[in-house]
Amino acid sequence: MSSASKSGTKVLLAPAIAFLVLLFLYPFAYGLYLSFTKADGAATFSNYLRFFKDPWDFRTIWTTLWISVPITFINVGLAIPFAYYMRRGMKGEKTITFFLIVPITLGAVLISEGMLSYMGPRGWLNQFLMAIGLVREPVRFTHNYLGVVISLGLSGFPYAFLMLLGYVSGINPDLEKAGQMLGASRLQTFWKILFPLMVPGIAIAFCLNFVMAFSVFPSAVLLGQPSGPTRVIAIAAYQWAFEKFNFNAASAISMIMAAIELIVITLVLVWRGRMYKGASIVGKG
Amino acid sequence: MKDFKHISVRRMTKRFGEKTALHEFSLDFDKGEFVTFLGPSGCGKSTALNCITGLIPISSGEIYIDDECIDDSRDKIAPEKREFGMVFQNYALFPHLSVFDNVAFGLRLRKHTKKSVREKVDTALRLVHLEGYGSKFPAQMSGGEQQRVAIARCIVLEPRLLLLDEPLSNLDAKLRVELRYELKALHERLRVTTIYVTHDQTEALALSDRIVVMRAGKIQQVGTPEEVFSDPANLFVADFMGFKNMWKAKLESLSQSPGHLDAVVKTAGGSLRARLRYPEGDPRRSALVAAHASGKPVVTAIRPEDILLRAQEGMNTLGCTATLVEYQGQQSQVSACFDASGPEGAADRIDFRSAERVEEGRGLQLGVAPDRLLLFPELETAATTVEEGSP
Amino acid sequence: MRSKLKLSNVLFAAAMVVYVANVLGILFTVILNSISKDWFRGVFPRIFTGDWYRYVSRDHDIGNLMFVTFTVAILDVVIALIISFPAAYALARKEFRGKGLLLSLFLLPMIVPPMAYGIPLAMLCYKFHLAARLSGVILVNLVPIVPFMILILMPFIEQVGTNLESAAVMLGARRTTIFRKILVPLTVPGILTAGILSIVKTISMFDLTYLVAGGNTQTIVVALYADAYAAGARPPQAVDALAVIYFLTAMICLLVALKFVSPTQMVFKLK
Repeated sequence: MSSASKSGTKVLLAPAIAFLVLLFLYPFAYGLYLSFTKADGAATFSNYLRFFKDPWDFRTIWTTLWISVPITFINVGLAIPFAYYMRRGMKGEKTITFFLIVPITLGAVLISEGMLSYMGPRGWLNQFLMAIGLVREPVRFTHNYLGVVISLGLSGFPYAFLMLLGYVSGINPDLEKAGQMLGASRLQTFWKILFPLMVPGIAIAFCLNFVMAFSVFPSAVLLGQPSGPTRVIAIAAYQWAFEKFNFNAASAISMIMAAIELIVITLVLVWRGRMYKGASIVGKG
Repeated sequence: MKDFKHISVRRMTKRFGEKTALHEFSLDFDKGEFVTFLGPSGCGKSTALNCITGLIPISSGEIYIDDECIDDSRDKIAPEKREFGMVFQNYALFPHLSVFDNVAFGLRLRKHTKKSVREKVDTALRLVHLEGYGSKFPAQMSGGEQQRVAIARCIVLEPRLLLLDEPLSNLDAKLRVELRYELKALHERLRVTTIYVTHDQTEALALSDRIVVMRAGKIQQVGTPEEVFSDPANLFVADFMGFKNMWKAKLESLSQSPGHLDAVVKTAGGSLRARLRYPEGDPRRSALVAAHASGKPVVTAIRPEDILLRAQEGMNTLGCTATLVEYQGQQSQVSACFDASGPEGAADRIDFRSAERVEEGRGLQLGVAPDRLLLFPELETAATTVEEGSP
Repeated sequence: MRSKLKLSNVLFAAAMVVYVANVLGILFTVILNSISKDWFRGVFPRIFTGDWYRYVSRDHDIGNLMFVTFTVAILDVVIALIISFPAAYALARKEFRGKGLLLSLFLLPMIVPPMAYGIPLAMLCYKFHLAARLSGVILVNLVPIVPFMILILMPFIEQVGTNLESAAVMLGARRTTIFRKILVPLTVPGILTAGILSIVKTISMFDLTYLVAGGNTQTIVVALYADAYAAGARPPQAVDALAVIYFLTAMICLLVALKFVSPTQMVFKLK
C-alpha cells in the first residue's frame, strides 16, 4: 500500500482512535489503577480483599450470577426455536418485530416502572390470572427476584431473537433441502445441519445477553429488593462510588465485574470452538 | 429400497398466487433414462424439478411411480421418504462437516454400520475421482470438487431417481466440460434414472436420452437429442437449438404429399422452395396448412451450417452481400444482407459459416437445400414467465 | 390446499400473544395510571384527570428535561458522525495490519456493560469538572454510540462500490471532492439510519447518564428513575405521568426512525 494512502488511513482513523483511547481505554486503565491504590495513591490489594472478605459485598457475585445466568439461558433457548420458525420470513413479520423492538427502545427504567403497576398485587396481570382461576391469590411479581428476572426476559429476549433471526436467515436454505433429500426428518435437519451452523450466532447472542443481564442496575433497584435478594454487583459498585465516595473500592468492583464477564465469555467461546470445527463460511454458495 | 420401472408425471400444474409457473406438465419416463429439462430462465424447468422432488407442493396433477401415487396435490409422500437424490446448483455441502461426513450423512441416517459406511463412502469417492479427500472440508475445495462431493453424497445412497438442478452453471467453462464428461461416464456406469435441468443446449444434447424443451411453464417438445436438434417442433425450439435465419415469409404455394409438404415462400431473398418431411397427422403439417389457408405469414429457419457458400444443383439460391466476417479459426461466421428487400421491407440478415475466406462487401450466391429450410407459423408471445421455482 | 393448523403455528402464535399482551399491558397501565385517581381495584380506574401532569410540570422543569435530552442526543449524534464516518470508511475500504484487532477494540464499548467502565469514566468526569454539566453527559454518552455508528455505517459504505470512486478519480476529481459529491450523498441512507438509531438509543440510555448527571442536567429517563426510586416522595401516579412523557418522547422518535429503517436494523446483527 502506498505511503500516501497509509497516512490517509491514519488521518481517517485518528478521531475514532483518539475517542477510543481517551473515553474508553484511558478510563478503563484509570479504573484499573484506582482499584490497586488507596486514596492517597499507595499501591494495595485492599480494595479487592475488602470486597472478597465482606459477605455483604461478596455475595453480590452469586446473586448477580443467579439472576443473570438462568435468564440468559432462557432468553437464548427460547430465541432459537422462534428464530428457526421465522427463518424464512412470515406474514406480519414487521409487526412482530416492531413489538419486540418496543421494550428494547423504551429501556429498562420504563419497563420496570410499568411492571410495578401492571404486575403489582392489584394490577391487570394478577387480576387476569385470578379471573381465569389460575391462581387464588395475587402472585408476587414485584419487589423480588422474579420481577427482576421477568424484566430481563422482556428486554433480553427480543435482542437474542433478532440477533439469531438475522443469523439463521443467512444460512443457505439449500442446506436444509439437501438434508431432506438425503432422508433427514425436520428434527434431524435441525439438529444435524442447522444447529451446528447456528452455534457461532448462539454463542454471541449468549455472551451479549449475559453481559447485559449481569450488569443489571435500574431493574434490580426498582423491581427487586436492592438490600436483599436482588442486591446485584452493579449496586455494590455504585454505592461505594456515590454513597461512600470510595472510588478505589468502586473501581475494584467494576474490574471484578468485567473479569467475571470475561470468564463467562471465554467459557462460551471455548464451547463454541469445540462445537464448530469446520469451516466458518456459512453463506450462500 | 423399492425397485421400479416407470415414472409418470400427469398434468402437473404449479401456481404461485396469480402466476402459473407450470402448466399441465406431463411426462413418462423409464428406469435408467437420462431426461433433461431444457429452456431459458423462468421457463419453469426448476419448478418442475422441485415439484417432482416434493420440495414444493403441486397445485394440481399427479405423480406416479409405477402404480403408486406419490403426489396427488392433496397428499404426498414427504421428500425425505422418496429415496430421490438431488444435486444443487450451489452444491449445498454441509460446511461444518468433512467430505467424508458429508457423503456419509445419508448412510448414517439410515443406521448403516461403521464398516458399511466406510466402504460405501470410499467407493463413492472413488467413483467421482476424489479418493483421499475424505478429511477435507468444503471450504478448502474448488467448485468442481465440491460438486463431485455433492454427487457422491447422492449416489452413495443408490437413489431411485437422481435430480440435478443446473449443477454445472457455477463452474467455469473448462470445468464444465470436464464434469459433464464425468457425469456422462457415471450415468453409463450406474444407469441411475436421472432428471437434469439446464439452459445449456450443449449439455442437454451431450447427456440426454430425451430432452424436454420448455417455455413459460409449458412443454414445447419432448424428443431425443437428434429429434430436438434437427426436427424442432416450433420456432421457439428451433431458435433455442441454434437455428437462425428467421425471415418473415409469405406462403405462395403449398402442395401436400403423403410423407411431406412442398412449399414455396416469398422472402427478402426472393422465392424459396422448401420440402418439409411432416407426415399426415404431424401437428406441424396442419399448422402450415392452416397458415396457408388463412394467408398468415410464416417464418423461415435455417441452420447456419446448412447454408453453403456456393449454391449447388437443386438448391435455393440466395443473392446477397457479405457485411461482417468474424474469424473463428477453422471457420468464419459471416453475416450477409439480401440484395433485394423483403415483403415487409425489413433488412433480413443471413448468418452462415464458411471455411473459405470471405471479404466483407463481396457479392455472394449462397445455397440452401429445400429440405434444410424449415417453416413455422409465427410464435405467439409467451405468457409472463415466472421466476424459476424454488421452494 | 387445506390450511395447516400445525402445533408449531399455534405455539408460536400463543407465545407472541402472551408477549405482546404483557408489553401492551405494561404500557397501558402506565398511561391509565397517569390520568386517573382512585384506581385501587378493578379493571379500570373510576376517575380520569389531568391533575398528575400538572403536578409533574410543577415538580419538574419539563422544558429543561426535554432540552437536556434532545441536546445530548443530537449533539452526540453529530459528534459521533464526525468521528465515525471517516473511521467506518477506513475500516470498510482499506486493508492494514491490525485491522481485525482495531475492529474488535472498537466493538468493546458496545459489549462491555456501561457499569463496568462507567464508574471510572464518571470519576474522570468529576476529576475534570465535567460532571453534572451538559458536556459531561454528552461525552459519556458518546462511548457506546461511536462503535454503534461505525458498525452501521460500514456496510453502507461497502455498498458504494470502489469503482465509483475510481471512475471519479479518472475523471479528474480530487479526494475531497469525491468525498463531498459522491461518497456522502450515496451514503445518506446509512447516515440517516445511524443517526436516527443513535438518537433513539441515547434517549433511552440510563446507566451512563445517571452516573454523571447533576440536578439540572438530567435526561428524562434519569429523572424518571430518580422519581421511581424515591418512591415515597411523590404519588405513584405522578411518577407514571412522567413515565408517559418519557414514553411518548421515545415512541415518537422510534416511529420516526422506523420510517427510515427496518425494525431488524434496530438491533445490531452479528455474523
